[in-house]
Parts: sequence; structure tokens; C-alpha cells
Amino acid sequence: MSAWEPVIGLEIHVHLKTRTKMFCRCPVAYFEPPNTQTCPVCLAMPGSLPVPNRKAVEWTILLGLALGCEIAPRAIFHRKNYFYPDNPKGYQISQYDEPLCVNGKVLVPGADGDAEVGIVRAHLEEDAAKTVHVGGAEGRIHGAESSLVDFNRAGTPLVEIVTAPDLRSADEAKRFLQLLRQTVVELGISDAEMEKGSMRFDVNVSVREVGETEFRTRTELKNMNSFNFAAKGIEREITRQVGIYEAGGTVEQETLHFDPGNESAAPLRSKEEAQDYRYFPEPDLVPLQPDRELVGRLRGELPERPWERIRRLETEVGLTLAEGLVTSGRDELYSRIPGERDAVANVVMNELAATGIDPAAVHAEELGKVIAARAGIPRSAFAEALAASGSEGFSADRYLAEAAIADVGELDPVIDRILGQNQQQVEAYRGGKEGLLGFFVGQVMKETGGKANPKVVNERVREKLKA
Amino acid sequence: MAISRDEVLHVARLARLELGEDELERFAEQLNAILEAVGKVAELDLEGVEPTAHPLDLMNVWAEDEPRPCLSVDEALANAPDREGGSFRVPAA
Amino acid sequence: MIDTLRLTAEEAAGLLERGEVSPAELHRAYLDAAAERNDELNAYLCTVDDGAHGATSVPIAFKDIVSTKGVETTAGSKILAGYRPVFDATVAARCKDAGLALIGKTNMDEFAMGSSTENSAYGPTRNPWDPTRVPGGSSGGSTAAVAAGLAPWALGSDTGGSIKQPAALCGVVGLRPTYGAVSRYGIVAFASSLDQIGPVAKTVRDCARLYEIIAGRDPCDTTTVELPEPVAVPDAGDLKGLRIGVPTELNEAEGIEAGVREQVGHALDLARDLGAEIGECRLPRSVEYGLPCYYLIAPSEASSNLARYDGVRYGLRSTPNGDVRAMYDRTRHDGFGDEPKRRIMLGTYALSAGYYEAFYGQAQKVRTVIRDEHAAAFEQFDVLVSPTSPTVAFELGARTADPLAMYAADLLTIPSNLAGLPGLSIPCGLSNRLPVGLQLIGRQFSENLLFRAGHALERALEFDFVPERYR
Ligand SMILES: [Mg+2]
Ligand SMILES: [Zn+2]
Repeated sequence: MSAWEPVIGLEIHVHLKTRTKMFCRCPVAYFEPPNTQTCPVCLAMPGSLPVPNRKAVEWTILLGLALGCEIAPRAIFHRKNYFYPDNPKGYQISQYDEPLCVNGKVLVPGADGDAEVGIVRAHLEEDAAKTVHVGGAEGRIHGAESSLVDFNRAGTPLVEIVTAPDLRSADEAKRFLQLLRQTVVELGISDAEMEKGSMRFDVNVSVREVGETEFRTRTELKNMNSFNFAAKGIEREITRQVGIYEAGGTVEQETLHFDPGNESAAPLRSKEEAQDYRYFPEPDLVPLQPDRELVGRLRGELPERPWERIRRLETEVGLTLAEGLVTSGRDELYSRIPGERDAVANVVMNELAATGIDPAAVHAEELGKVIAARAGIPRSAFAEALAASGSEGFSADRYLAEAAIADVGELDPVIDRILGQNQQQVEAYRGGKEGLLGFFVGQVMKETGGKANPKVVNERVREKLKA
Repeated sequence: MAISRDEVLHVARLARLELGEDELERFAEQLNAILEAVGKVAELDLEGVEPTAHPLDLMNVWAEDEPRPCLSVDEALANAPDREGGSFRVPAA
Repeated sequence: MIDTLRLTAEEAAGLLERGEVSPAELHRAYLDAAAERNDELNAYLCTVDDGAHGATSVPIAFKDIVSTKGVETTAGSKILAGYRPVFDATVAARCKDAGLALIGKTNMDEFAMGSSTENSAYGPTRNPWDPTRVPGGSSGGSTAAVAAGLAPWALGSDTGGSIKQPAALCGVVGLRPTYGAVSRYGIVAFASSLDQIGPVAKTVRDCARLYEIIAGRDPCDTTTVELPEPVAVPDAGDLKGLRIGVPTELNEAEGIEAGVREQVGHALDLARDLGAEIGECRLPRSVEYGLPCYYLIAPSEASSNLARYDGVRYGLRSTPNGDVRAMYDRTRHDGFGDEPKRRIMLGTYALSAGYYEAFYGQAQKVRTVIRDEHAAAFEQFDVLVSPTSPTVAFELGARTADPLAMYAADLLTIPSNLAGLPGLSIPCGLSNRLPVGLQLIGRQFSENLLFRAGHALERALEFDFVPERYR
């Protein structure tokens, strides 16, 4: 049996969070009543004309730069012609052979080196309307009696990012998507919230025998809107294709439509009917010629990329924690908190993350002190400290004050008094009832109002009872 | 025949146009005559000539990202052949 | 009693200024004229009785391709029957702001696809000079309305010659502005890289005044620009210093009637008398390849521009049993006439996989060649002249069976349109008692020069724009 190598490529659509749509000045708004955010342009009324959103163009260039792309000296919009009720003009204004950004590269840090993922292009286009299928099986692509169309989303600026088929595992694909999402969020150009549909992606999957240079037939997984969902889908598809080849069969080119609303629903398979989009230059728009100064300025403003930060943090806390910190957007907080790095990283990723406190609000210096003293602080006090770490005037002192009494000089008199008051039990213990140890320790803790360090108390009591 | 009957049907499908038998016949014939006439552009060797998509040499014409008032739902749906509440209704997509 | 047949817009403005008539009375006078002559001519698809509300100036007619808020706008198509826009086209808004009352919407070839106004879903318009003949097209409703005194002036649209050619056939003045001079926002689109809105009037001065109202950059149309110089209403009577080029191919193309050539020749003699220098020039490839180039570019863009008529948001919807695709197919089958169907299919074919480079791609390169040829001609000349139409008005039905014969009507107007240049057509005489049009072509944004030349010639020609049968 031969070894199989998955070949995975991604096509990601990300909504830009501009105030207005791509080609009209209707607000970009989610969850509004149907068709309350429309105008003649996004309803494709006769005679209406598109006017590009300058900010959307700038943000696409910014993203292109972050992904290491070349910014085209001249870019144009094309019309992509096809009929569907969510496509009001009968064509989508998109980019074809002269996109804004090309030839980028993203590094996905891995245990054994970086996986280099080519970015074929990043271009600007407009989103479609929302169609809700009613009367039949709810929200499924087939079986509906009629569809309701809401154009609020129509014309929302979309950046489409297309990768080369450079990904070699479901996990790698998932980690790439997390890095990409983190990148757009950090650039402040999209909230990339999958639940909102502001980030969606299609996955192309094929497999080939290791060593093979040609690609084999690929299938497309459409409408993915969750990383784990995508990873699962890819795994499933790889296994299916390998199964087919090993049974001597051939994989057919097809598209798997997933129902974003219902991850458990089985995907619908559909033969890829050869589409003919009849792309041609959009005659209602003039070319874009990105101003070189603007491009230079944007390049200068670029923050350190997520994958670069992961490699930097890896030396301190190891790859897994570093990746977790960066892709969860918590590495900035991590860096602000002084102290032993692993301890800090773990607290930030686990306990602190669980509190849901805004990382930016956390008083890092103070929290650092608490984390450093953790061993000596009662668990409850530590938890309180974390919970309060984001609030006004949070200070470590109050929690450090609760540091346990471990000082023998302070504990011995208390222990002696307890033993003196319970002679019978002392006798019983010495007679072999060692289970009574807990009783003495308990008494001491009670006396000290829980502030004594149980470990130390244990040792001292045992010793004194030996004598 | 520059364009076959099947091609006419294919084009009609792309253009989402239902064609009756008679129309199919008529259009196939007329399209052939027209295609023969317009095919004349192929006579010119225009290797290296830049295409003109636009009579004017404009670039970077856009608008600032500032919202403008929208239509009311009733204006949006004023001409709708069929609606349900605030949505356009169409046969199953 | 207002003689709408003779009254120019300028004279009408005079009556208003002197308080001799009110805007409402003026508006009413044109409605009365329409009531009297429109049954025969079918120039108006609808009239607006309460149009004078808030008017301060001379009323106007719009080709039905101009979106008018609350007033049915069909573009001559059944697929837009009953469609009432919820917004005004920029040109409509500018006319409103200038106080121009809307008299009505004029007939046109469906989606401006045609040269005779016979392709209207609402019946053909007839030529006021001879109702057995066509007014030309596609703006035949606007030119017929002005010629028959049903409007002092009007807006038309010109893609391949749809203002210039019907203006010629109806004996009125028509300007196809430089591409980018007038907003297309709210104009039902035919071919985006060619469509332009322009004035139709009885005189060049009226044309200039209306052009002044509608021209200039519109933030809603990214292909418009601010005019390089303000519009100058002409009054000079001479042509001193003007260099007029006579492109051989445009003036000797086969199919140009002798009577047409004669009247154009006469106009050139007058131009010489007025002080113009006249010389020959060449536009060989523009004329030979203009028509094929146009009939690839325009249908390709049209096939995409007409995709929005799908029965979803407005206009006709036919619902056979079945899914949304069946609805599209039937709606578009029932809603579009033959000419749009032909052009949609031609354009779809020209853009489809495997044919794009040979057709659309090649046509765009031919366009560059045509542009360059014209640029070269304008190095020696300020204005190029030719007949606007090879023939005078032809009889209804004469060309409807043969699309190519119909397409040939725009042979002389198409080349300069492809180059994005402005063109003015003025009546220059009669042939067989039918008007002949003279086409003046200028450099981009040289409308003022065209107005000046057109006005001087108009005065020298002394053409009587009132159709003989109405005198
Ligand atoms: Mg896309
Ligand atoms: Zn809008």
C-alpha cells in the first residue's frame, strides 16, 4: 500500500468592515430587517452605476502587503456574469486578470520548520444578497418552494484570497486559516467573525501518491465557516479519496455544499457543471492605479506578522503555547506580564482566558506579582486576583497579604497549644491512630483562619507528635 | 455555418433566454449573417496594439467611505413582482 | 396662441421672461399639440399632465430611457412595462433644478437598439415630414416630437448614432456629447462605454443651452469629468480660421444617396464662403472596421447590462411551473423583443469562452486604431464633416427583415462614437422633400467649437425646420 499526500488549496472571502458598501454608500450593517439597507445601486435598478469605496481599496492593498504580495501598478474591475436571485445585476463586479495584489507568501510555523503557503492573489469584489429558502426543507439549497431575497448584504466589500495548493494536511490548513484570520483582525480591516459570515472559505482537496508531481482531480468543499468544521471536512474528504484510489476507482470533480447553519448536516454533492462567466472589463468603472507613496506608507505601518511573532515567542514558551497566544490574540498581554514565561503563558492561555476579561484591560505588572507568588497564595485568593485583574485600581498587595503563614516561628506556638488542649487524641495517635493527623492540622488551620501553609503545618505536627 | 444550432441553444441558455423553434431557426440564420459581417475585425493584424476599454483615460475615481441615506423598504420593493413582508419573493432558487 | 411648431426654446424663454405666458400655459400648449398630432406620430409613450408643477422655465421631453421618479420608464421594452423609478436620473434632476417641466416620455427602439424606432414594443414612431417613413432611431420619439412641435427641446441618447441619425432624418439639431461629458446615472444602460445623453432641439443655440444644463461631472458616474471650459452659446456668423476636414471614406462610402451628397456639398460651399479652410483627410480603417467593431462591443456590453431584467425586483415576470431558472427563461423570452434578443445572444457569444479574444478582445484593439486615426485627422483639422446618415428617412418596414441593412444606417456616425468624440447633426437641406443631416465631429470636449460652426452654418443654410405638411 502506497503513502498518500493530501494537496489542499484555499479560497477565503473576508468582509471588510468599512462603514459603507463597495459600490454604493449604503451602510454595511448586519442583522437589520430585510431590504432596509439598500439603494438603486445595490438593488441594480435600471441606470444605477457603481462608485468604488476608496477605503476598501486601501485596505485591500494593506492586506496584500501583510501577505507579502506585490501591489499591481494598475488594477481593473471585471464583470463576472451569471444568473442567480442573490446577484441583482446578473454580474458580480470582481477582479479577474488584473487584481490588486499578487504573488504573496505566508509562513505557517510547524514543529519541523515553516510551511510556505503561496498567495496567488488577493482581490476586491462585492458580496451577494441573502436568499432564504422557504416552504421546503428549511435553509437547504434544494427542496424549497420559494426563496426570499434580502439585499442588505448585497455589495458588502469582500476581499478574496486565493492560496496555491501548498497545504499538506487538514491541520496545516486550519492553522493557516487561524493565522489569516488573526492577520485581518490585527490590521483592523475585518472582524472576520464566522458566525456573522464575515469570513467564509472554500477548500480544494485532492490527494496524490508521495513523489507524484502532477495534481489529481480535486473536489471543492464550499461554504465552510468554522476551522474545526473545515479540518473535519478535509480529513473526511482525504480518507474518501484515498479509499477510492486504493479500490482502483477514480475521483470525480464535484462540489460539496455545506450548510453553514447546520454542521452535522451531510454535504450536498453536485457535479461541477462547466461555468462560463464571460468575464470582461467593467465599462462603468475606470482603472485603479495605487499611488506608490500610499503603498510605501502602508508598508511602513505594517505590524509584525502573526507567524513572525509565533517564531519569536516559541523560544520562550514552545510552539504550541506561542501559536495559541498569537492566534487567540493574547500574546500582547502575555508580553506585558513580567515573570517566569511558562507560568505566565499558561495563566494567560488557561485561567485568565476562562475569565473572559479583555486582555487589553489587564493590569499586567500587578498580575505578574500575583502569578509569581502563586505557590504561597490560597487557590481561592488567586482566582479572585485573576477575576479582578482587569478592573480599576487592581493591586497585587491585597492578594499577596493572604500569602500563607509558613514561618515555623509563628506556627509552633499555635501547634503546641492545639496538642496541649487535645491530650487524648495525642495519645490515640501515638497509639497508632495516624488518621488523626488531619484533625490536628485542621485545628491549626482553623486557629490561623486558613492562612497557614498546610504543607508546613503537616510536617511540624508530624514531627512534634513523634517526640 | 459560423454558429451551429447547438451553439445558439448553448448561448441562449447562458443568456437565460427561452427560444421557440421558430425563433431558434430565425436567430441561427441572422446570427450567422451578423457574425460573418463582424468577423471582419479578424482581418486586421493588431499584434501589440493596446485595447481601448474606455474613450477617456481616467483612473482612481472613487468615493469616501461615508454613508448616505437608504431607500425605505417600500421604495425598495415598490416595483417588486412578488414580495413577502420586506423581502422579494421568487420561485425556488 | 403659441405656435409650438415655430417656437424655439430660446424664444419660449423670452415669452416667460417678458411674462407673456406662464410656465404652465407653455407646458399646456405642448400637451395640446401632442393631443393633436401624437395619435398619428406616436412620438410620446406618455405625457405628464401635471408636469408643470414647480416649473419656472421651458418644458422638455425625455427619451423613455431616462429614469423619472414616479413616471413610468420603459426604455421601449415590454419587460419594463409599468416600471416607475423611485429615483431621478442625474440629467432629469438637473433639468428639474433648472425649472424645466416634463411634458412626457418619448418613444424609442427597445433599449435604444435600432435606427428607426420600429423596434419599440409600443409601436413605431412616424416621421413628421412623411408619416409613411421612419423618424430614424433610436431617439426617433424625441426628434419627431421636436420636429412636430410637441416639445421645444428634448433629451435623447446616442450609442452608435441614436441622436445624430434621427435628428438628421427629422430635420432637427442633435448633439452627441463627448463621452464622459454627461452623466449616465439613471439612464437605462445599453452599452456603457458608448452611451451618452444629449440634447435635441430646433436650433444649435437651443442645443447649447440644454447641453449647458445637463453637462458636467456627476459623483454618481465615475466616467464623467468636469467640462474643461464653460459652455458658450454661439452667435458668431463666420467661420474664419476654422479648418474643416472632409474624410474621404465618410463622404464617399457606398450607399450615400446622391441627394444627400449634394446637400452636404452645398453646405461645404457655404462653409467656404463663411471663411473656413476646407481640406480632405482619411479615416480608412475607421469606416471599414467601425461597424463590425461596434457590433461586437455594443452587444457584448448589452448582453451583460440587460442581465438585470430577470423578473426578480421590477418589471415583467412570467411564471411557468418550475424553479427560478424557468422563471428567468420565460420572463426574458416574453419581455424582450427580437433586436434585444439578437444582441444579447451575439454579445453572449462574443464574450464566451474561446471567442473572447477573437471578438471582444480584437474589437477593443480596433477601437484603439479608430481612436488613433481620428487623432491624426485632428492634427490638421478642427472639425470633420460628413453626411450624418447615408440616406434620408426610409419607409416603415423597409429594413425590419434585414438586421444588417438596418445596422448600416449608422455607418457614418459609429466611427467617431467609438473614438468617444462629440458629434453635432444639423439639417442642411432637403432631398426628395426629406431632411438631410450634416454631421460635424470635433475633438474631445470641443462642443463649443461644434456649436460655433453649427450655428454659423445654420444661419447661412436658412433651413426651415417646420415640416412642409404643417406649414
Ligand atoms: Mg469570489
Ligand atoms: Zn446601496
